[in-house]
Amino acid sequence: MTARIGVVTFPGSLDDRDTQRAIRVAGAEPVALWHKDKDLKQVDAVVLCGGFSYGDYLRAGAIARFSPVMDTLIDQAKTGLPVLGICNGFQILTEAHLLPGGMLGNDHLHFICRDQKLRVENADTAWTSDYTAGQEISIPLKNMDGRYVADRRTLDELEAEGRVAFRYVDVNPNGSLNDIAGVTNAAGNVVGLMPHPEHAVEPLIGTGRTDGLPFFTSILKKLVNA
Amino acid sequence: MARVVVDVMLKPEILDPQGQAVQRALPRLGFDGISDVRQGKRFELEVDGPLDEAALARIHDLAESFLANTVIEDFTVRVEEAAEVAEAAK
Repeated sequence: MTARIGVVTFPGSLDDRDTQRAIRVAGAEPVALWHKDKDLKQVDAVVLCGGFSYGDYLRAGAIARFSPVMDTLIDQAKTGLPVLGICNGFQILTEAHLLPGGMLGNDHLHFICRDQKLRVENADTAWTSDYTAGQEISIPLKNMDGRYVADRRTLDELEAEGRVAFRYVDVNPNGSLNDIAGVTNAAGNVVGLMPHPEHAVEPLIGTGRTDGLPFFTSILKKLVNA
Repeated sequence: MARVVVDVMLKPEILDPQGQAVQRALPRLGFDGISDVRQGKRFELEVDGPLDEAALARIHDLAESFLANTVIEDFTVRVEEAAEVAEAAK
């Protein structure tokens, strides 16, 4: 039996289908979850995908964070459920305080859409074990609110504990502090990042490479070997 | 009916590129002598029923948990007096 990985659809989600496809390409079974359902259908892990949930009104992710599905997800994430937040999903995880810091508009005030080079800084999380620490990957980045901010004490803590999971390489595309592209919680089960691994799992599309696929094979291996 | 105003601003140490863009436009418009602009949000809440301490406490909780993200923003809550509201409506 393979692992079942949920993908939540909120009003305004864009990448739920691509995320489901990436999960299938990795060999796991995607399970569609709905924002109004408290029920997580007993999935083994959850991905919060990209898009503009609730139109990014108030703040990106601020309204989605209070959806019924998030009540259950927040409780279960705190007791070990693996959760990956991509782009808007990352924003939702910071709004839910499952991950530290916050997301603000890109410092240049423009939408950005490009292939982005990242360095995987932490290959010990539930979602990154199929990478090696220090590995450089290239996956698409597309967002308006990608600037990661946190107070100095939080940044120092993240750096000291190796919880900066991904860092932008060559260029900082949005003014994120310490070039941070993604972070993990202390337990390593909750990970968030702005760039989109689900768009880079087949050579035909995305960056022409499959640099995003290890996110999904990492979690599959962890769940199957559990 | 009473009006409660919640003002939300980015914390002072956080860069505000929108405010900076506004500030940079000022000299072109002939406004000199403004060295910094920061942009925030204002929420006007029309409250049904008496605005007692319990109601204000609930609004404070709402501001803290939802209207502002206190990781990146500060907020203030104040009651707008009836005279102010009437004046603004003129």
